Amino acid sequence: MTDSRILLLVLALPFFGSLLSALLPRTARTAAGLVAGSVAVLATALLIPFYAPVARGEIVRLEIGWLPTLGLDLVFRVDGLAWLFAMMVLVIGALVVLYTRYYMAREDPVPRFFSYLLAFMGSMLGIVLSGNLVQLAFFWEMTSLFSFLLIGYWYGNRAARDGARMALIVTATGGLCLLVGVLLIGRIVGSYDLDVVLASGGTIRSSPLYLPALILVLLGAFTKSAQFPFHFWLPHAMAAPTPVSAYLHSATMVKAGIFLMIRLWPIFAGTDAWYFIVSFAGLATLLVGAWAAIFQHDLKGLLAYSTISHLGLITLLLGLSSPLAAVAAIFHTVNHATFKASLFMAAGIIDHESGTRDMRRLSGLARFMPFTATLAMVAAAAMAGVPLLNGFISKEMFLAEALDARGGPVIGFALPVLATLGAAFSVLYSLRFIHQTFFGPPPTDLPKVPHEPPGWMRRPIEILVIACLVVGIVPAATIGPVLQSAVRSVLGAQTPTYSLAIWHGFSAPLLLSMIALATGTLAYFRFRDALNRRAGPPVIARFKGGRMFERVLADIVRRARSLEGLFGTRRLQPQLRLLVCLACLAGLLPFLQLGYATGGLPVTPLDPAFAVIWIVGGICAVGAAQQAKYHRLASLVLMAGAGLVACISFVWLSAPDLALTQLLVETVTTVLLLLGLRWLPKRQPEVWPDDRPPARVVFRRSADLGIAIAAGLGAALLAYAMLTRPLPDTISRYFMEQAYPQGGGRNVVNVILVDFRAFDTLGEIAVLAIVALTIFSLLRRFRPASESIEPPVQQRMQDAADLHAGGRRVGDTKKDYLLVPRIIMEWLFPVIFVFAIYLLVRGHDLPGGGFAAGVAMSIAIMLQYMAGGTRVVESRLRIRPLRWIGAGLLLAVVTGVGALAFGYPFLTSWFRYLELPVIGKVPFGTALFFDLGVFLLVVGATALMLVAIAHQSIRTPRARTPARPDVPPVIREEGED
Amino acid sequence: MNVLVLGLAITAAQVLLGCAMMFAIFRLLRGPRAQDRILGLDTLYINAMLMLLTFGMQTGRTLYFEAALIIALVGFCGTVALAKFLMRGEVVE
Repeated sequence: MTDSRILLLVLALPFFGSLLSALLPRTARTAAGLVAGSVAVLATALLIPFYAPVARGEIVRLEIGWLPTLGLDLVFRVDGLAWLFAMMVLVIGALVVLYTRYYMAREDPVPRFFSYLLAFMGSMLGIVLSGNLVQLAFFWEMTSLFSFLLIGYWYGNRAARDGARMALIVTATGGLCLLVGVLLIGRIVGSYDLDVVLASGGTIRSSPLYLPALILVLLGAFTKSAQFPFHFWLPHAMAAPTPVSAYLHSATMVKAGIFLMIRLWPIFAGTDAWYFIVSFAGLATLLVGAWAAIFQHDLKGLLAYSTISHLGLITLLLGLSSPLAAVAAIFHTVNHATFKASLFMAAGIIDHESGTRDMRRLSGLARFMPFTATLAMVAAAAMAGVPLLNGFISKEMFLAEALDARGGPVIGFALPVLATLGAAFSVLYSLRFIHQTFFGPPPTDLPKVPHEPPGWMRRPIEILVIACLVVGIVPAATIGPVLQSAVRSVLGAQTPTYSLAIWHGFSAPLLLSMIALATGTLAYFRFRDALNRRAGPPVIARFKGGRMFERVLADIVRRARSLEGLFGTRRLQPQLRLLVCLACLAGLLPFLQLGYATGGLPVTPLDPAFAVIWIVGGICAVGAAQQAKYHRLASLVLMAGAGLVACISFVWLSAPDLALTQLLVETVTTVLLLLGLRWLPKRQPEVWPDDRPPARVVFRRSADLGIAIAAGLGAALLAYAMLTRPLPDTISRYFMEQAYPQGGGRNVVNVILVDFRAFDTLGEIAVLAIVALTIFSLLRRFRPASESIEPPVQQRMQDAADLHAGGRRVGDTKKDYLLVPRIIMEWLFPVIFVFAIYLLVRGHDLPGGGFAAGVAMSIAIMLQYMAGGTRVVESRLRIRPLRWIGAGLLLAVVTGVGALAFGYPFLTSWFRYLELPVIGKVPFGTALFFDLGVFLLVVGATALMLVAIAHQSIRTPRARTPARPDVPPVIREEGED
Repeated sequence: MNVLVLGLAITAAQVLLGCAMMFAIFRLLRGPRAQDRILGLDTLYINAMLMLLTFGMQTGRTLYFEAALIIALVGFCGTVALAKFLMRGEVVE
């Protein structure tokens, strides 16, 4: 049962669940909860059996080759530490899912929430199970991304948006630093594999790159784990729904930084740099967080700052660099996750049932919700470090380590004092949380009458609180072995002997612990009224990390804007001028250095007919450019002429496949451009004073003409130099030789497209589909220029003539117009359809193929639209471009995946000759199915664009009524008439 | 002898078709009316098709008739679209 491939399943499950949840309707909150819950439970069940090998000290590894030449393989590994963290992620995840189901309001789109949550869970698992550092950094950034989405879940709320943005920018920047740090480590060690890296601690510590790598990795860890001075994002992230705070911002994501520091502890720790940086950051975070937590009035704010403080405590322990401290750090990480997640959930219940999180308004809630109150009290006591609870044990270990710290008399004295102070603060705010909320007189001005939540909402807290109690009372029997295996996986031979017990006799740590408890309690009862009156924490309130962050961000944006103003432009002409000039320069430089010489190949004699055709094409192209600004129709006609000449050139130069496709594309292009022309605003010819453009304009135009001629001449000379030289031996010869034996087709172009480079084609058709969808959705909100809204002047004139002429009705002209061609166009539909199928089927051996066939088919559809008009066509013919696109993409992918089923790589094609009755022997290959997919998609994409533009005309009457300014056009889909 | 005649005839046809294309391009450029340009484009398409046919005869390869077939089959699309655009102001109503 511990096949390493199961690890992949464990990791894939959450992402799969996320996808599934995203597909559910927005009201399906129970279904989404079930999906999320079963994913978490199933993944837990799959991971549990790995405990056996892990406990024996083994490392279960799964390697999947990806880019082995670059040292990038997908490596998943589980050892004691990874197992412990993964279980924490999954179990707390499952509890949070249960809690969320009851926490979320009916009107919230809950499936979306679960989708994000599961994706986050998968990313988090990815971090802890990664055996490759680059892969770890990748999942690291993914957690930042999903944390952003989760914090901003209520995106209508400004605080949520700002908090999400801040968290993303801080943690993602840290993630980038981590990536660079990881690359440095890879440079030092020569491998990104975690096991190799862990085995070369000495090399890393003695490398000159050690310090930069350390600082970069720590920047990643500190930003993620909200360490001073990057802690400011965490309180802002409290705008997230409470389950997110319970899961991400106490139990898992903020522990990712801690996890990384523990993971890399064996290679980084032990140097002075590590000791000072990490201990200082940890100590500062511990004190700043605890101090700020005391002065919070918001329950979640208090918990956020206390989380910061506890994360600081863990960091401090790691910084102390002794193996025992590392043990304490791992232990406290688990303890903190249990009690803090339960406290967040309790805070959520209080908020949910009483309508406020402000401690100054809350009071005496124990009367209304005795169970929740008891649970919260136990969890808060664990946070404060009260004996018989898990927080007590790890806090005692912490104090013992603070007493043992090395580093001279000053640190030796200061550290225990500061540690005790931090512990006392922790007691103070825990007590304030409980006493202020649950004791005292009944509350007076609550928005709701508080009451107990549904039982299932409390259940996750109960489970976590029981865990706090059990671990607190019998630590060695419960968490002991798991902790031991985690510790051994990190420390290896350095694993110290330690005892997990609540009673070690009267010792200095116990004394400090008692002092902290007493001081904290006394301080609370002495200052509690003063605390309620204060608006913010004294001393540190002046340093507002969030404010500074905003200022820096605003500054960056302003600088970017001024840079953009300096170097950027939104006008096409300067952009093009710059681009062409640079391209010319880049093309010219090698010739300036090495000189220009034509090759030695003999020149083909000039064919007079071909020359005439090219002169025609050249005139068309120049004319099109010249007319483009004020005479669009003429320009379009000339472009069609130039396009035709290009096609003939392809035929002439023996590229029939290209010519065929290009001819069809030319036709579609002309019609689509004409369709768009109707909606372009009219251009007024510029009128200069006394009809002569000013010198400035004349100069600019002449300069542009010069640039254009230079660029054209340069390209021509370059082409001439290339064409008069023999072709180097490229891959094309291989394709020519192998097209038939390997691809089963005689049309090399088509074999390349659907077989040799089918993966490229798949990507291209996907892009085509995306483009079509983008055009479609952009045009749904299209607002034409004011002068284009009216029906064209021709239609108005003809309708008016119909109206005034005797014996005619409005619309008769339209009906009579192009009567004969219209019939022919309608009759052509089956003809072109057959032609398209012909192109498709023979494509593998002769010019044609899916793309050309698809374009031909869309011409047939286009002709119908032109002949009958939108309404007539759509009342007879149901065109569902979206379906065509979907079916095409699906067919192409399924054909590719089909090869996998036979044990070949993705998109391998298979062909043979089939003996058909009557017809005889015909070639048959799976590539045809792929090509059919291309065909369907091209038809769908072209038809979608066409329909999207064509619908603008029948939409106009509605667009003019001001009440509903942008009614989207309706594409006929099933179920609509 | 026959081959020579055929070769000469084809070359002559190509030259004449080339001239026809030049005349078409003259209308395309000058107009003066939009209708003239569109007719010019249509003529250009027809001449190009015929040019391809002569080219196919010259080389004896049937492959080039395909391109001619396509021009014959769908080449008029552009003309119709342009005509509709002129008469009704939009291509698809």
